Amino acid sequence: MSEDFKYTFRIKRYNPEEKGLKQAPHYVDYEVEGDADMTLLDGLNKVQSDDPTLAFRWSCRMGICGSDGMLVNGQPVLACSVFCKDVAKKKQGRLEIEVDPMRNMPILKDLITDIDDPMDKMRAVAPYLDRMDKDGPEDGPGKQSKKQLERIKKTSQCVKCMLCYSACPVYGQDKDFVGPAASALAYRYTADSRDDQGGGRVDKVIGKEDSVWGCSFVGECSVACPKRVDPAQAVQRLKVMGALRLVTKPISDMIKKRKKK
Amino acid sequence: MEIIDTHDVLVIGGGAAGLRAAIAAVELAEEKGETLSVGLISKVYPVRSHTVSAEGGASAVLRDYDTYESHAFDTIKGSDYLADQDVVDFFVHDAPKEISQLEQWGCPWSRDEKGEVAVRAFGGMSVKRTVYAADKTGFYMLHSMFERSLKHENIVRYDEWYVSKVLVEDGRAVGVVAMNQRDGKEIAFKGKAVILCTGGAGRMFKFTTNGKIKTGDGMSLALRAGASLKDMEFVQFHPTGLVRTGILITEGARGEGGYLYNKEGERFLENYYPKMMELAPRDLISRAITAEIEAGRGVETPYGPCVNLDITHLGEKLIDERLPLVREISMDYQAVDPVKEPIPVRPVMHYFMGGIHTNVKTETTIQGLYASGETACVGMHGANRLGSNSLSECLVFGRVSGEEAAKFAMASSKVEFDNESLKEETQRLDKLRKSTGKETVVDLLNALHDVMEEAAGIIRDEQRLKDGLVHIKTLQDRYENIGLKDHGKVFNSELISALELGHMLELAECLLTAAIERKESRGSHVRTDYEVRDDEQFLHHIMITKGENRLNLNKMPVMITQWQPKERKY
Repeated sequence: MSEDFKYTFRIKRYNPEEKGLKQAPHYVDYEVEGDADMTLLDGLNKVQSDDPTLAFRWSCRMGICGSDGMLVNGQPVLACSVFCKDVAKKKQGRLEIEVDPMRNMPILKDLITDIDDPMDKMRAVAPYLDRMDKDGPEDGPGKQSKKQLERIKKTSQCVKCMLCYSACPVYGQDKDFVGPAASALAYRYTADSRDDQGGGRVDKVIGKEDSVWGCSFVGECSVACPKRVDPAQAVQRLKVMGALRLVTKPISDMIKKRKKK
Repeated sequence: MEIIDTHDVLVIGGGAAGLRAAIAAVELAEEKGETLSVGLISKVYPVRSHTVSAEGGASAVLRDYDTYESHAFDTIKGSDYLADQDVVDFFVHDAPKEISQLEQWGCPWSRDEKGEVAVRAFGGMSVKRTVYAADKTGFYMLHSMFERSLKHENIVRYDEWYVSKVLVEDGRAVGVVAMNQRDGKEIAFKGKAVILCTGGAGRMFKFTTNGKIKTGDGMSLALRAGASLKDMEFVQFHPTGLVRTGILITEGARGEGGYLYNKEGERFLENYYPKMMELAPRDLISRAITAEIEAGRGVETPYGPCVNLDITHLGEKLIDERLPLVREISMDYQAVDPVKEPIPVRPVMHYFMGGIHTNVKTETTIQGLYASGETACVGMHGANRLGSNSLSECLVFGRVSGEEAAKFAMASSKVEFDNESLKEETQRLDKLRKSTGKETVVDLLNALHDVMEEAAGIIRDEQRLKDGLVHIKTLQDRYENIGLKDHGKVFNSELISALELGHMLELAECLLTAAIERKESRGSHVRTDYEVRDDEQFLHHIMITKGENRLNLNKMPVMITQWQPKERKY
C-alpha cells in the first residue's frame, strides 16, 4: 500500500458528566498512523477504537448523510469528505490536525453539538408543496421542464449538516434568526414551479422580524457549505421576492376582494 | 421507568419507509376525521437514515409502452421465483401512485425533454421504468418526505433515541423501550401499534455499501419479541462498489450505458449474459465478476483485484446531469475522474432480501406489530432483488404499514405494561453500561466481519457455513464477557455499538443457519456443493423463530399465481 503518514489529532473533548475542572472543554492529543487515503473520519475511528469514550456522529461515510460536520484547523468540513494529508498542518515537525465541534450551538459531548434549533427552524418555513388543486396521486405525476428543475437544483442539495449555522455570524449573535439552511429551503420550495402557494410562503418567510432581513450578507454560510448550496444567494433572492411582494401583495389582495364582490 | 403515553402509533426508524408510514398514519386519521398521534423514534435524525445513500432510482410503471405484468414478471424472474406473486402484483400496481405522491410533495425527479418524469434502464428490468432524481434518488426522496412530515404537528419526533426492546403483552405489541442518547435515560413508550422500519443489517459485513447505522436492530428486536424472520440467507452483493471503500457506484451508471471490462480489456459479460450484458440482475453480474477475478482476469490495484466500470463514452454533459454523485464520489474517494478514466469496482455487500416476515398488509406474526422497508421481508424480492425495486418498496409498503397500523390503533385501546419486564430491561442496559469484562466491542466486531466474509460471501459451501456458525456461537459466548470503557450516560456510543453488535451476532446466526439449510443455489445464494436450483425441495421460504437456546426453522410455501418457475436466462 502507499506510504505511511503519522498525525497528531488534537481533539476538543467535553463531557458534561465529568466533575470539576475536568469538565471544561479541553484538547487531548492522539497519535494516529494511516496511509495517504485516510480520511479525517477514518482517523477519528482509529482514535475511537483505542478510546471508545470519544463521541462524534457519522454514518454514510460518503458525504451525503450530513452527520459529521465539524471544524478542522478552524475550517468547516464533513469529516468523511476530507483526507488527513490535505488538512494537516506542519507544526514543530509534526503533522497536526486540530478538531473542534461546530460553533454557535451547545456542545453535548466532545464533537457532538445540539442541532435541534436549526432543525426546528426548517419547520417554520413550511418546506413542502401544498397543492391547492389537490390532484390525487391517481392522476399521475405532473410536469416540470428541465429549466424549471435547474432553478431549484442548487438549493435542493442541502444535507442539513448545519455547518452553515456554525459559520453564520448573525446566528451566532441572535438565535432567533432563521438562518442559512432554512432560508435556502424556503427559497427551494418557493422557486419550485410546482408550488402553488403563490406568495403565501414568501409572506410566511419574510413577514417576520427574524427572517431573512437579518442576514448581513457576509456570505460565510456559502463558504462553509460542503454541498455548494449557496444559502447566501438564496437569502438575497428571497429578499428580492419579499420586496416585490410588498408591492404586489396589496394589489393582488385588492383584486381578490373585488372578485369576491 | 418513566412512561410516555401520548402516542397511538409508534414508528421506529425515520428512513423512507418510516417517514412514509408516519405520514400515511396521520393522513388516514385526518381523512376519517380522527386525530392520531405518531411517535417517530429514530437512533439518528431521520435525514441521516441510510435511504439517503440510495442512488439509482425507484421503479414504477409510468410509460405507455410498459405494463404491470412486465414489471411483475421481471421482478419474479429476478427473484429466481422465490418472490410471492400476489405481493409483487400488489406492489407493481401501487408503485406509480407513490411516485406521483412524492411528486406532489416536491421530490425533484429528473425530467425528460417533455418535462415528464424521466425513466432509465436498470438491471433485470426489460424496459426503462426506473424513475430517478439524478443519482441521489434516495437523498431527494428522504428529504422530500422529511420536509413533508414537518407539516404534521401530530408526528412527534424523538431524534437520536435508541429503541432497545419491543414490549409484548399476551401476543400483542404494546410499546417499546427507548433510550435518549443525550442523557442515557430509558423511557417506556406506550402505543396501540408499533411499526419497525429500521433497515437492514449490512454492517455485519466489513466490505459493505451500508452506513454505520445498518445493524439490523429491528429484525433482532422482532425476533426477540417472538416474531418470525424470513429468507435470511439471501444477501445481495452489488456488483459495483468502489474498490477501496465499498462505497456504492450506482447501477444507474450501467443503466445509462456504462461497460464493465476485465484486465484484458474485454466486456466479459458477453461470455455470461450476452443478451442483457451489463443490465443482467445483480446476483449474476456479481458472480461473473467474482469468476473473472478468480480466473486471474481481474485488474490489480493496491486494494486487491477488481474490474473496470467505464462510463467515459457517455460524455461529461450526460455524466454531470444524470450521474453527478458517481463523479463526485469517484474523485473524492478514489481519485479517479470517470469522465476521463474507468472506475475500479468490485462486488460489495449491499442489501438484505430477508427480514421480519410480514404479509402483504405488513402485519408480522405479532398482533399490533408491523414492519416495512429493508428490515421487513414482505416477500417481493425472493432470492434476488432487482435494483430500484427497494425504494419503491419503501414507499408502497411504508404507506401500507402506516395505514394498517393506524386502522388497528383507531380500533383498539392501550394495554398496561408489565412492570417486571420494564425493570428487567433497565437492569439489562445498566449491566451492559457498567460491564467490565475483558472482551471489547471493537475486537468482537472485527471477528464478526472476518467470519461473515469467509462464510457468507458470494460463493458458499456447507463446510464454510458450518465453520462460520461455530465461530459465531463462540463470539456470542465471548459477547457475554464484554467490557465497556465508557460507563457514562451522555452519548455513550460504545454502549450503542455494543447493543448493535448483540443484534448482529444474533442475525448472523440466523443467516448462516438458513444458508446451511438451503441446499441449492438460487439467486444470491450460491453454493458450490449444490450448484443448481432445486424447486422440488426448496421452492419455499425458510422461516426462523427464536426458541429456548436455539433457533426454530420452518417452511412457508411461495405464493405462485400465474408464473410457473422456469430456468432463468438473460
